[in-house]
Amino acid sequence: MIESVISSVGINGFAGSMIALLVKIAIVFGVVMLHVAYATYFERKVIGHIQLRLGPMTVGPHGILQPIADGIKSFFKEDIIPAGADKTVFKIAPVIPVFSALGCLAVVPFFDGFVLANINIGLLYIFAMSSLSAYGIVMAGWSSNSKYSFLGGLRSTAQVISYEVALGLSLVGVMIMSESLNLTQIVEAQQKYWHGMFIIPQFLGAFVFMIAAFAETNRAPFDLPEAESELVAGFFVEYSGMRFALFYMAEYIGMLVMSAISVLCFVGGWTLPPFVLEAFPSLAAVPGIVWFMLKIYFHVFVYYWIRSTLPRFRYDHLMCLGWKVLIPLALLNIVITALVKYFC
Amino acid sequence: MPEQKGKLRKKELTINMGPQHPATHGVLRLELDIDGETVVKCTPHVGYLHRGTEKLGENRTYLAALPLTDRLDYISSMANNVGYCLAVERLFGIEAPERAKFIRTMASEMARISSHLLWLGTHALDIGAMTVFLYAFKEREWILDLFEMLTGARLTVTYPRIGGVRNDVSEEFLSSLYKFTDEFPKNIEEYETLIDQNRIWLQRTKNIGIITAEEAVNWGLTGPMLRGSGVDYDLRKYCPYDAYDKVDFDVPLGKNGDTYDRYRCRMEEMRQSARIIRQCIEKLPEGPVMTPDAPKFTLPPKERILKDMEAMIQHFVLVIKGPVTAPDGEIYSAIEAPKGELGFYFISNGTGKPYRMRLRSPSFIHASVLPLLCEGALVADVIANIGTIDIVLGECDR
Repeated sequence: MIESVISSVGINGFAGSMIALLVKIAIVFGVVMLHVAYATYFERKVIGHIQLRLGPMTVGPHGILQPIADGIKSFFKEDIIPAGADKTVFKIAPVIPVFSALGCLAVVPFFDGFVLANINIGLLYIFAMSSLSAYGIVMAGWSSNSKYSFLGGLRSTAQVISYEVALGLSLVGVMIMSESLNLTQIVEAQQKYWHGMFIIPQFLGAFVFMIAAFAETNRAPFDLPEAESELVAGFFVEYSGMRFALFYMAEYIGMLVMSAISVLCFVGGWTLPPFVLEAFPSLAAVPGIVWFMLKIYFHVFVYYWIRSTLPRFRYDHLMCLGWKVLIPLALLNIVITALVKYFC
Repeated sequence: MPEQKGKLRKKELTINMGPQHPATHGVLRLELDIDGETVVKCTPHVGYLHRGTEKLGENRTYLAALPLTDRLDYISSMANNVGYCLAVERLFGIEAPERAKFIRTMASEMARISSHLLWLGTHALDIGAMTVFLYAFKEREWILDLFEMLTGARLTVTYPRIGGVRNDVSEEFLSSLYKFTDEFPKNIEEYETLIDQNRIWLQRTKNIGIITAEEAVNWGLTGPMLRGSGVDYDLRKYCPYDAYDKVDFDVPLGKNGDTYDRYRCRMEEMRQSARIIRQCIEKLPEGPVMTPDAPKFTLPPKERILKDMEAMIQHFVLVIKGPVTAPDGEIYSAIEAPKGELGFYFISNGTGKPYRMRLRSPSFIHASVLPLLCEGALVADVIANIGTIDIVLGECDR
């Protein structure tokens, strides 16, 4: 669509496709940033209502302008760098998680045909990018020259490394079933089944993925690196203003990316299950992006729901769960999927 | 660098938790030596909220020192007031009338519910269960509204008086309190659904911070801290004061002395408190709320002071000298405050002011047990342990 508009004004070839790509990037970036702003609002509203209160209500009707107020506030706050901090590392650290989280979006297909880079190793690329964010956390924890941030950084490293393994293994079943790493092809492979989503045959993988994704994004009940009550705010305790906001942005983009992978790999992406379409053929007229966003927001809602319900894990329990439960389960899932694939 | 090899030393990381830390429940400061995530040494430091309550008490008349006790354990000021008034009453050898005793019992149990609800909320919040905090505070708000209805104040009530209580209860108050006792036990069950069977909660509280019955007695622990270890000791039951001998209630006991047992104890205590309040309302006798000896201990009303010479003299003497009928001697009197045994010790030399006033505050004693609980545990357990000992620094530092 964007390509045809650009070629109609007379720009063709490489220049045309580059401009089209830039426009697409701008759209994705804009939408995602808006999402991040309103994901905070959504979270505060959801958790507020679960906890018998209203959430933000002051700025604008029903507090609808609260994220904008927050953004302006953090943008104009004083940027404080602690005296003993390693200044260069301290400044670079918040950029890395945002960069890696945004980088993941390059391979996420939002609906049929709309993807920034339709590469055949999409899933692998996402693993690579999302692991990078651990560097930002470690650097932030180390460079702040504060014991609390240091502990937060250490916890995060251990956690991200352990859960990365489970996260990767949980998706191997999906790769086997779809015979591809390309996210668009994974979605198309799900359409061949009557149920139209891998969550049914891959329930074990989906379960492990869901839990590992909570840990990967440092969300409750795995929010040990930033455990409010123990480490105050963990690795970003010394940050303020916009640098602090960057960590938050990374967390929310990370949640979006993890939800997107879950939607694409387990719940059929932008498509509806074939049996639903047979029952209600008129639903085919609804654009795929609508289903995609609905599914994503359902996932995001689950993140908030869990956060407001569960207590926090202890460090050693977290490690036990990761290594002794999730990884064996993921391996079992791979074996079963492979056997079924081979013999059926 | 081989020559430096021998010089490499391994040293624990010392972190300073508090006095400004969200989980230390006030201004407690812990010096933690940690090896990785394991706590090797834990040293509590208290005194950041020291206001010299004991010394202030020596410089005030028995009447004027009453509001100081509000500021000890500010979450259950009613219980402190009752404890103080009882101690002074015992010193002077007077007794509150029956109706006042029932009202005090009722109010003390309201304070217990308020204190335990705050403990539940913050303990759960420390362990990471956010929602319980707000649920508990919804209920606590109701209790505070009831306090306001009864006394006019929500937190620092100064409601009991030496020889009775300040004012009688209204029918309206009694009926709303009765409604509260009706609904409150159901609401506790609702909170319990959130955490009671939650596996993460169980992992975080079971076998954490174990105190055996022997240790608990040796460390001088009281209240739920002691009963959680299975020691059956409750002042309300075993040396009853006010109307506790006229109401029927159970003393919940734990078994293992871990954080979970103490949690169960306190949850059960809230139910029992609701039961006691109910019985108090049902059995509330008619009569005055101040002892007939009251003129020696209460200021006469303002209209009388302006018109009546006797009243003016009485007012002057009470304010300047205090109730001067105090016999010489010492007295220790304790009550079962929500956090444990709250004792008041007075040495009287026959004047209107105590010669010496000493407080036995449960929080101070419970804070001293922290090293026993924390050493060898993980950093996350330190938080659970601070929550489970349920201290208020106002009382701890006095």
